[in-house]
Amino acid sequence: MLAYLLSRAAQFVVALVVASVVVFLLMSFLPGNAAQVALGTNATPEAVAALEAQYGLDEPPLIRYLQWVAGMLGGDFGTSYVTGAPITPVIIASVQVTAILVVCSIVVAVLIAVPLGTFAALEQRNWIGVTISALSQVGIAVPNFLAAIILVMIFSLQLGWFPSQGWMASIEGVGGFLARLVLPVVSLALVQAAILTRYVRSAVLDVMREDYIRTARAKGLTRTRALFVHGLRNAAIPVITVAGVQLATLLVGAVIIEQVFVIPGVGSELVRAVANRDLVTVQGIVMVLVMLVLIINFIVDLLYPIVDPRIRSAA
Amino acid sequence: MAENLLEVRDLTITPAGAPAPVLDDVSLTLAPGERVGLIGESGSGKSLTAQSIMGLLPEELSASGSITLDGFAGNVLAAGEKTLARVRSTLVSMVFQEPMSALNPLMRIGDQIAEALRIHGETGRARIPGRVLELLHDVHMPSPESARQAYPHQLSGGQRQRVMLAIALANSPRLLICDEPTTALDVTVQKHMLDLIAERVTAVAAGLLFITHDLAVVAGVCNRVIVMHRGRIVETGTVREIFANPQHEYTRGLLASSDLESTDADGRLYTLRTALEYAGPGRTADAAGATTSAMEPGSGRAQGAASPTTSAGVTAHAPLIEVAGVSKLYRSGGFLLRRKAPVQALEDITFSVDAGRRLGIVGESGSGKSTLLNILSGLDRPTTGQVRVGDIRVDSASSAALRTLRENLQIVFQDPFSSLDPRMRVEDIVAEPLVAQGMEREERRAKVADMLAAVDIDRSSMRRYPHQFSGGQRQRISIARALVTRPQILVADEPVSALDVSVRAQVLNLLTDLVDEYALTLVFVSHDLGVVKHLCSEVIVMKDGHIVEAGATDEVYADPQQDYTRDLIAATPSLAAAVAAAQ
Repeated sequence: MLAYLLSRAAQFVVALVVASVVVFLLMSFLPGNAAQVALGTNATPEAVAALEAQYGLDEPPLIRYLQWVAGMLGGDFGTSYVTGAPITPVIIASVQVTAILVVCSIVVAVLIAVPLGTFAALEQRNWIGVTISALSQVGIAVPNFLAAIILVMIFSLQLGWFPSQGWMASIEGVGGFLARLVLPVVSLALVQAAILTRYVRSAVLDVMREDYIRTARAKGLTRTRALFVHGLRNAAIPVITVAGVQLATLLVGAVIIEQVFVIPGVGSELVRAVANRDLVTVQGIVMVLVMLVLIINFIVDLLYPIVDPRIRSAA
Repeated sequence: MAENLLEVRDLTITPAGAPAPVLDDVSLTLAPGERVGLIGESGSGKSLTAQSIMGLLPEELSASGSITLDGFAGNVLAAGEKTLARVRSTLVSMVFQEPMSALNPLMRIGDQIAEALRIHGETGRARIPGRVLELLHDVHMPSPESARQAYPHQLSGGQRQRVMLAIALANSPRLLICDEPTTALDVTVQKHMLDLIAERVTAVAAGLLFITHDLAVVAGVCNRVIVMHRGRIVETGTVREIFANPQHEYTRGLLASSDLESTDADGRLYTLRTALEYAGPGRTADAAGATTSAMEPGSGRAQGAASPTTSAGVTAHAPLIEVAGVSKLYRSGGFLLRRKAPVQALEDITFSVDAGRRLGIVGESGSGKSTLLNILSGLDRPTTGQVRVGDIRVDSASSAALRTLRENLQIVFQDPFSSLDPRMRVEDIVAEPLVAQGMEREERRAKVADMLAAVDIDRSSMRRYPHQFSGGQRQRISIARALVTRPQILVADEPVSALDVSVRAQVLNLLTDLVDEYALTLVFVSHDLGVVKHLCSEVIVMKDGHIVEAGATDEVYADPQQDYTRDLIAATPSLAAAVAAAQ
């Protein structure tokens, strides 16, 4: 078990290093000189050179990479060439917002998908099961920004229950925080729930055909109870994999939803930085996103041995 | 006569859209404590009958007729899931065929047994752990205390089947149904399991409905036999009646094709078609004579047994296959820190096969047979040692040399259901090795047609897909695919162990004919000694990656030198022995 943990942790670190190299190279080879961009087109070559020296852009790439990594390890993502302000506080603030949004969305998605998918599997021959399947199919086809616009039209413009946009930190007022959270979370969660429902349904259907379910029924459990006692945990294994991938896509999918609802999350910061050609900030945010995705995968890897003793003893 | 424990009347199942019923007017009874064998090949409806009695029919099937159990008011077929759940395990229990998948992989063994006790509430909560230990002890589980804490994947197939039996008997049911409980097990394990089932059923005074396709198995366990064929019961009688004087043509065919020790005038095994000439297994002398004569063409061609160590010096010409000092070590490789003790799959294997000989490799699962085959056919490389096939050094062959080897050495695999690509037409499957050789389309088609004709597959079905064929037909297609390139060597990995007894004889006869006709050298891997004895001139017995014993098949069987070989021979179900025991 310890060996499994250490090997996963080692894989995590290796992936992180590879990712940082890729992100750094991509940003370095983008056309345009960061100092030139910061000073504008009218700057003299001397001024550009001076700024390059100030930011260390005249150093060889390897040195710049190592400085960047060393900075990140110390919690410093560098200074924006455009605003001249340190990037770290911006990233911390926006990551918090996005994390709340994404975690709430996946929780809501799982809470909807697991019961609905299970029910759809149990009732697969009835109209209820067929209806759930059909609805989840429709849900997958709806892009989340469209869901967001429709939800805003109904629940904030028509009914006036929730604000149509904006964000409020929870310390400024829990009520306001929650009210502004509902619509973005629901629009992100609905689509994910639709996808996840289909996976839960097919995982449960597969499990119901397993021999051990038949064994459980032969012991004297009813079909439904056999599913709850023996089936769901087995069905969880493929569902965890999908939910992990979904969490990663949510992180990126949030970029659009943050735009729709004007939420100061990672997505909004990223869009702003790209618009301003603020390369250092873009590089920092992309690195943080990659890091978060890798952390999610790492956590999913740790969940497998908890659920499945076969992986535990293979480890 | 006491009231029957089980009464099935006019049980009929017709799947929606099917032209004919899959179960047709099945009626049977079982008295308290009686042991009845239900015999038939796959598709005969025996498992459906069992599932109907348990109320475990697949949802899409509905049955008509009636099933009554002593102690249960009403018709099982009409009862709801909740009512049935109370009956299962307390009144009627079941052990299933596949021990690998019948237990929940995420739950400890002890908990799975305890569950059967807990849901019926007849055992007080405080007494459950003790009772679980007792049940594990009753099924002769080695160290019940640690087995209780184990997960299914930590147990062997035989041990898992013991656990299944413990679960089935937890609430002392009146009737135990066993659906092919030993088909997936090794022969020695099978024998122990059969003894155990008989012992436990006697101990709890339960009735037994034992489902199998193997007549040799049923004789030791049951008093009465019911024979099913195509959804109908064709014959019922005591074990002695059925074995000594079978009335129905199908029963006679089944009996004849189960007998691997008797052959007809041409030295071939009896099949359903030739069963009329079958005189019964009582005449072992004749049968043995026939078997020896069947071997003669093979033994006449190459004199001097190519037994592993002795032959090399004696024979002047070099053997076709030579394996010297082969070992295989599996390291569970891993990333950085994952290192485990290596597994020694093969250790110092040495043998040789002369051209035209038939070598049988026998051993239980885990003995290294499959690893050896993979190394022999260049699918895997040995850790140490040398393998030579013809002029090719397989252990260090380049990929070009391996391609040449494949033209010369072809393989037939065990499972006819998963070894054929389900999305390819049969003619394309058989043609594939020829495509790999770069043969022209027209020539290919002609060869494929000839080959399929040779394995008795009708020309008109060449454009069909694998799922449209039965298991036996698929295995014949596999053989056609293997032989279409006219290889010198045919390697067969348990080619008949997934087949019904009646089909097994046909496929074995076909193999015998083709081996003669194409002058093949055969390497035949099996856990079934009966099959190897019939087919092979030489045999190697393997255990834990070693060769335990080797020599001419007749000698090894007549006078085994090692205890392990003796155990294997003793455990092999034999029809003659079964009949002798019944009389």
